[in-house]
Amino acid sequence: MYFESVGELWRMAGHGPYVWSCYGLFMVLLAVNVLHSRSERLNALKQAKAFIRRNRN
Amino acid sequence: MAQFSWHMPRWFHQMGSPKWFYNFGGLLQPWFALAAVALLTCGMVWGLAFAPADYQQGNSFRIMYVHVPSAILSQSIFLSMAIAGAIGLIWKMKIAFMVARSCIAIGATFTLIALVTGAIWGKPTWGAYWVWDARLTSTLVLLFLYAGVMALNQAISERQIAGKATAILAIVGTINIPIIKYSVEWWNTLHQSSSFSLTEKPSMPAEMYLPLLLTVLGSYFLFGLVVLIRTRSQILQTQNGASWLLQHKDIYGAK
Repeated sequence: MYFESVGELWRMAGHGPYVWSCYGLFMVLLAVNVLHSRSERLNALKQAKAFIRRNRN
Repeated sequence: MAQFSWHMPRWFHQMGSPKWFYNFGGLLQPWFALAAVALLTCGMVWGLAFAPADYQQGNSFRIMYVHVPSAILSQSIFLSMAIAGAIGLIWKMKIAFMVARSCIAIGATFTLIALVTGAIWGKPTWGAYWVWDARLTSTLVLLFLYAGVMALNQAISERQIAGKATAILAIVGTINIPIIKYSVEWWNTLHQSSSFSLTEKPSMPAEMYLPLLLTVLGSYFLFGLVVLIRTRSQILQTQNGASWLLQHKDIYGAK
């Protein structure tokens, strides 16, 4: 590791808040996109199944 | 006079088949997910903890590993959206309009990330969160373009017309892409010129460059993953009652 300790990795010689907030934002917003598209897919699957059930009877 | 006809390869027309796209996309999806997670995790851990600090910027330069991929993707996705839209218009391919629609939210997200991480990086580097510099301003315009495309796409309920309108706006909006790209050369900007390219020799040492390559590639796979999931959902929504779907394991199976 480039840093001597985990504490230094966290502080990054004063740049910690800037760096960590950027990485946090990147991960959270991308995760939201993936999770949202996933829930959209589950909804679409549910609807497609319901459509088939309705039309079978 | 010889008759001119323009034949596209077979795979091109196959892509336009909902069944083919749904099944092939389903095969690719898990691999895209795996590649995105692995590349992004490795790149971010490497960039955060193992890459050496920049001799001028110190540790704040580590923001590059999330900022640069977001900025690259924000433009690549807009271009992909316009190309997909153009294919939809020219070959009347519904799947292409679906792909373009799937690009909007993820593209806007990458643009927002590029802007916010850039602002946060600007504070320790330039002393200001925001300056009305050509690169920053043209990227802000890109975010507004995404917002316009999204609003237009959602305002029209008829899918085919929405797809056409969105495609035209996306194609017109691509005029902004070269403006963003060359803004750092055409104007005197505070923003530095590009120091990373997928096709050119790196201008920084390997231990700084490689993590960036990983996060850029990982971001492309994440974009691909989201487009696959969203496009396949749209196929499900529009193919109600299609015979191939009735027998599909995703629908028929217990899962």
